[in-house]
Amino acid sequence: MNTSLDIDTILATDVGSTTSKAILIKKIMGEFRLVGRGEAPTTVEAPFEDVRVGVRNAVKQVEDLTGIHFLMKDRSLKKGTFYVSTSSAGGGLQIMVSGVIRRMTAESGERAALGAGAIVLDVISIDDGREIHEKIERMRSLRPDMILMVGGTDGGDKIDLIDAAELFVSAKPRPRFGIGFKLPIIYAGNCMIQNTIKDILGESFALRIVSNIRPTLDIEDTEPAREGVHDFYLEHVMSHAPGYPDLMKWTDIAIIPTPAAVGDICQMVAETQNINLVGTDPGGATTDIFSVFDGKFLRTVSANLGMSYSICNVLKEAGVANIMRWIPFSIEERELRNRLRNKMIRPTTIPPDFKSLIVEQAVGREAMRLAFKAHLSLATPLRGVKKKKDLGSLVRDNVKDPVGKTYIDRLRLDMIIGSGGVNSHAPRRVQSASVLIDAFQPEGITKLMIDSIFMMPHLGVLSKVKPDAALNVLTKDCLVVVGTCIAPKGLAKDGADALSITATLPDGTSLDKTIPYGTMEMIPLGERETINMVIKPQSGLNMGKGNGKSLETTVSGGVVGLIFDTRGRPLVLPENDKERREKLIKWYLSLGVYPEKILKGYL
Amino acid sequence: MGEAYTPGLEVREATFVRKRRILPIPGKVLVKKGDKVNPETKVARANLLGTFTTVDVRSDLGILLGEVKKAIKEWFKVKVGDVVNEGDVLASRKHFFGRRVKESIAPTSGTIGYISDVTGKLHIRAAPVPVEVTAYIPGEVVEVIPDEGVIVETFGAYVQGIFGIGGETHGVLEVVVSSPDEILTVDKINSSHKGKILVGGSLITGDALQKAAKNHVNGIIVGSIEDDSLVDYLGYEIGVAVTGEEDVNTTLIMTEGFGKMSMLTWTFNLLKKFEGKQCSISGATHIRAGVIRPEIIIPRKFVEAVISETEETSSRLEPGTVIRIIRGEEFGSFAKVFKLETISKQIETESKTSVIVVTLEDGKKLSLPRSNVEIIGRGVSR
Repeated sequence: MNTSLDIDTILATDVGSTTSKAILIKKIMGEFRLVGRGEAPTTVEAPFEDVRVGVRNAVKQVEDLTGIHFLMKDRSLKKGTFYVSTSSAGGGLQIMVSGVIRRMTAESGERAALGAGAIVLDVISIDDGREIHEKIERMRSLRPDMILMVGGTDGGDKIDLIDAAELFVSAKPRPRFGIGFKLPIIYAGNCMIQNTIKDILGESFALRIVSNIRPTLDIEDTEPAREGVHDFYLEHVMSHAPGYPDLMKWTDIAIIPTPAAVGDICQMVAETQNINLVGTDPGGATTDIFSVFDGKFLRTVSANLGMSYSICNVLKEAGVANIMRWIPFSIEERELRNRLRNKMIRPTTIPPDFKSLIVEQAVGREAMRLAFKAHLSLATPLRGVKKKKDLGSLVRDNVKDPVGKTYIDRLRLDMIIGSGGVNSHAPRRVQSASVLIDAFQPEGITKLMIDSIFMMPHLGVLSKVKPDAALNVLTKDCLVVVGTCIAPKGLAKDGADALSITATLPDGTSLDKTIPYGTMEMIPLGERETINMVIKPQSGLNMGKGNGKSLETTVSGGVVGLIFDTRGRPLVLPENDKERREKLIKWYLSLGVYPEKILKGYL
Repeated sequence: MGEAYTPGLEVREATFVRKRRILPIPGKVLVKKGDKVNPETKVARANLLGTFTTVDVRSDLGILLGEVKKAIKEWFKVKVGDVVNEGDVLASRKHFFGRRVKESIAPTSGTIGYISDVTGKLHIRAAPVPVEVTAYIPGEVVEVIPDEGVIVETFGAYVQGIFGIGGETHGVLEVVVSSPDEILTVDKINSSHKGKILVGGSLITGDALQKAAKNHVNGIIVGSIEDDSLVDYLGYEIGVAVTGEEDVNTTLIMTEGFGKMSMLTWTFNLLKKFEGKQCSISGATHIRAGVIRPEIIIPRKFVEAVISETEETSSRLEPGTVIRIIRGEEFGSFAKVFKLETISKQIETESKTSVIVVTLEDGKKLSLPRSNVEIIGRGVSR
């Protein structure tokens, strides 16, 4: 293992559930840059059952491309290679959370598990509305990799926690992997009963006790639980997976779950640029959403919202009408359903024609919209905290219950980063922009970025030891700046003036125009170009300074440019099918989302 | 040379099939190596833990938290491992100068599984639930995995479907259509089909499927179904493609997909050839990493000569390999690989991807994404 950090060559892999991806980063002229990339099928399952086979194949591609050799004759990694890796193979890390009150401690436990990169299989609490026998059945059927047990403030509730521990002993839930292994439990609850919990669970489970996730009602400290999850992940989950014990010997730092690494790099971007951001990664089976807002990090995963294996779950959850609303051509509901089913059963096929592409991008919009909705429901201030209230706040709270209100304010969201196939592999970057805008409905000024070749996991794990290298590769080789979305919040009448724009373009020409409500417009502006702009929204519309108030700001371009979206927030599409399709075609045409010939053929 | 990205389905006329028959938890294996089994032979058995009921004895008897240990010694009438019946007294305590008695009564029958000396609650565990694994296919036990189950082997035809619902079943194969593109309509199903495995051509209509279930047809193999017919049959919409546990009378296997699609002629002819034979089928489908496809297994007598009946197809994507198109306008068409492009090419959607050029059966050349073809695993194998 290489312990020196004075390095100029870094090999990084991400072992995904279907593909293992390797990248090579080298110091060139004093800065770290991506020099090679390779990928190969993951080999965690039969007939190989050794994850190193896929990793070696991916590394071999990097070797062929760069001429630099990392593999020895015995197929092990050459000594002195600085190597890091992430993993989500075998379904990733699967955790069950047990808490006392669903919207308080249990929710904190859920946030900790998600932040650690896990899929949360279920959250069990005393107020979840289920009978005890139902909880027992659920525990037995789930077979998680580990349980995160939380509840009670320090010195607070103990009986409910002891009840839960005793329930585990009697229910005997089994781990996902390995008959005869003890199921790991991380206890992060009331510290006053740690010994009692040890007495109850110590013999039957692999128990680790960490400090309380909610020591008091107004403090949520997820870090010790997150570290506990990662330690157990290495000791109990990875060590049972085929080939991982040896792969772990190759790496210079601990292997971490892929989503945790993506979360780390998102936090780094937000911190270094001092911005609020949202990241999204719609995969084949799941959709991850990351946010860093006012310094607060949150990751959620919608386990069954995906673009291939789970595409029909998007259909089920969004409803066929919500998918159809993004499609500009006429299609029968039955045909749409059959198309999506056929994608589900042959998940690796790609859209061969525009109709198929448009349908898949429509599903992408809905998968991310639903995943973001779920994210917002967890992106809330701590519940259970007593707040001092004045008379005014009491009146306001009675009018509109603030419980559950998200702290993510789209008007203050500075950046959206899109990853995953539907964003990264869209044939035109403007398609990714259109999909992200429709899914997230950003308000005000929002920069749009795309993870061009899905390198964020590699860079996330690298950021732990070489943050400078990770950041440089991220900005120069990984993220593509698509452009900036300028969208007022609020609703107005179609055709009425929405925004008045005044600016001087980089070539010296003046831009002085009014954009009507209900339109999409694009102004080309290069990635390294910025302009000062005064944006005056009409009454009833808000660009972040208040209704009808002007905003003077600097905006930067990208491979697409500036996108003015005056369709209103929240975005409402016409109910009349013909009218809706005509509008979609108009919007897609004005941005150049699809070729004109194709779109006009749908009229 | 390269690999097809989408693994093709198996359509084999003669092969050795091995099935792992494993218990969900450790238990007892009921057969030994070399034993001959039929689909219904029980090969392994285990007892799943029964569910349990929590009784709050402390609350029933009005015991203070700090006095639970003492109370267990003095007032509890049961200990861990005791068998109790519904209505039995679990604990009792005299109060009001000994003139009244507070009791904690068993709300259900079972075994005392746990007594908490902290909370004063106990768990009554219900009787274990036996679980058995059958052989599923006729054949021979070729391996015993102690405490877990067995591996059963048979020789026969093996066909994979693309998607299915319903669990394992078996029955006599009967073809109820005359060609692979004929629709399986309601009039083709009658009461004599009870317990059988029926083979259709292209689509099965919704009412035909409902009638098959009503007539207790064990299984149906067809080319395709409309999604809304499947939703009507199940009573709900499948979200994630993990199936096999559906509570349905008739297991359904589709060989092609959704919408009207004719069954692959090879598959249809093969099933037709074995009409009247016993077969075992499973609708279980897991479309994830570690994919499981539905399957049809038709045992046949092992004859060495069978091996040379047909040629093994190539398992690699290379010029000359016969492939099948699995997406787009030409879905289901067979073609021969003409050329593998070495660099990514732009396709109709403007996407750049790995492409192959194929020659269709009518001689027309077509450029396709490699991801949109599959190699059918046909022929025989050993």
